[in-house]
Amino acid sequence: MTDLNLTSEEQALLEGAAGPGVQRAMEIVVALGRIYGAADLVPVEHVQISGVSYKNLGDAGVAFLHEWAGQGAKVRVPTTLNPAGMELARWQEMGFDAEFARPQLAAIDAFVRMGVVPTMSCTPYLFPNYAPRRGAHLAWAESSAVVWANSVVGAFTNREGGPSALAAAIVGRTARYGYHLPEQRRATHVIEIRCPVKSIADFGALSYVVGKAVGDGVPYFVDLASWLPPLPDDLTEGGAAGDRLKTLGAGLAAYGAVALYHIEGYTPEARDLGRKLLSSHAKRLVVESLDEGYAVMDANPETTEIDLVTIGCPHASLSELRRVAERLRGERLRARLWVTTARLTRERAEAEGLVRIIEEAGGEVVADTCAVVAPIRGLGVRRMATNAGKMACYAPMHSGVEMRYGTLDQCLEAAIRGSWPKALSDQ
Amino acid sequence: MKIKLTGRVIRAGRVEGEALVSHAPIGFLGGVDPETGVILDPNHPLKGKSIAGKILVFPHGKGSTVGSYTILRLARSGAAPLAMINANSEAITAVGAIIADIPMIDQVDIYHFRTGDLVRIENERIEIVRENNL
Repeated sequence: MTDLNLTSEEQALLEGAAGPGVQRAMEIVVALGRIYGAADLVPVEHVQISGVSYKNLGDAGVAFLHEWAGQGAKVRVPTTLNPAGMELARWQEMGFDAEFARPQLAAIDAFVRMGVVPTMSCTPYLFPNYAPRRGAHLAWAESSAVVWANSVVGAFTNREGGPSALAAAIVGRTARYGYHLPEQRRATHVIEIRCPVKSIADFGALSYVVGKAVGDGVPYFVDLASWLPPLPDDLTEGGAAGDRLKTLGAGLAAYGAVALYHIEGYTPEARDLGRKLLSSHAKRLVVESLDEGYAVMDANPETTEIDLVTIGCPHASLSELRRVAERLRGERLRARLWVTTARLTRERAEAEGLVRIIEEAGGEVVADTCAVVAPIRGLGVRRMATNAGKMACYAPMHSGVEMRYGTLDQCLEAAIRGSWPKALSDQ
Repeated sequence: MKIKLTGRVIRAGRVEGEALVSHAPIGFLGGVDPETGVILDPNHPLKGKSIAGKILVFPHGKGSTVGSYTILRLARSGAAPLAMINANSEAITAVGAIIADIPMIDQVDIYHFRTGDLVRIENERIEIVRENNL
């Protein structure tokens, strides 16, 4: 049996010194530490919780969260929340059913009782107050955010599940194993690119090709930096680099189970350590073309009429909102358009007048949710279009919709015309 | 015939029941009906069988981490296994057992078990009772 060293304070919490709610949280953290052979627990600076949508929680999950709150469970570190199944303030006008909305609101209420900040977004790294720093230990659920934190920032987190992230927040610690250990962050695959990778959609298609091949491995891209603009210090606006990395990481996590990648000469650990990050038996993968990715994501090429175009998976950044508003200024949309984002990002976009431009064209800037977790079939959506690789993966699977996949310009053109355009010049 | 084994406690408990053995991993989210306990995964060898009220023996869980909440939903519908025994557990199943209060042990050689065996669990100790030596 593996020895997990607990401090006397941790041992006391495990034995119930702070009540049954904290005890259960400590049992979860300790069980994971034993299963994965951790030597000890590590304090975490920030927690991101998934498992928020009523679709996944069910009544049992909502009742359980309230019981946990009732047992005195409170988060000890800053803790933020993943998207919910609907926009909280406007669910009625958006057409959501009260039978879904009530338990969804009850679930969020339970998290708030425990001290969680109801950000309802998958992009905590775009919030100036929560953007992680290099070397920070985190307990993040939400696989796309995990990849960002580990890869783009060089913070340390495993792919937590919803309850294990909440448990980590309640005790302020997580078990030190996996990606918390430097030696576990070595690359298992060397990726060479032999084709252009330009648009956000191209990065999504690349995420399919690489994610499928590496599974839960750690890819090391040797020549991807040449297809990326320089990485700015402040990534909270997204930006041309951030928007591409956001879709790359989300797709790697969705099509594979990647939690960390490196880009030579570009991401922080690769800048410092270079090829020392390669494990001795790293496999080589050459990507000759993105066609396979496009073929899978653009799943219904015969579909031309579009009901809903969604931009923002992971949640749209300020720079993506700027691009959408720029294109839609003065236009009139024929298809429904959702730009899904965080409420915090929408507030920043409102201040720049972007939301008004999108709404005047007939589009919606939707906060708190996205087309993966919202019950969109109930809203009459059958044929979707997106520029996001993760959305193209999950929406057909979860909601049984037909899917068109392409660049942001193609998607916005589809929203304007109500039908999918032929290939446009790129970006 | 009796076989005695010990494992590592994930969730302590004392329970006795009939074994249902799967040598394939189980994905709970989408793979098991949270209301009835019936295995839905079309590619699973136990498809159509119910895990409700059984001592469920399997190598480990797989799939989405939301599966922990599926295990909780099973327990609240009265359709959960009495206990779970894994070869090598992972986060989905272990967290599910803890939040759903289902006794669970891992690091057990699951090849000792056959479906239909009577299994007694007391914390880390397991006793398998088999009527006729087949």
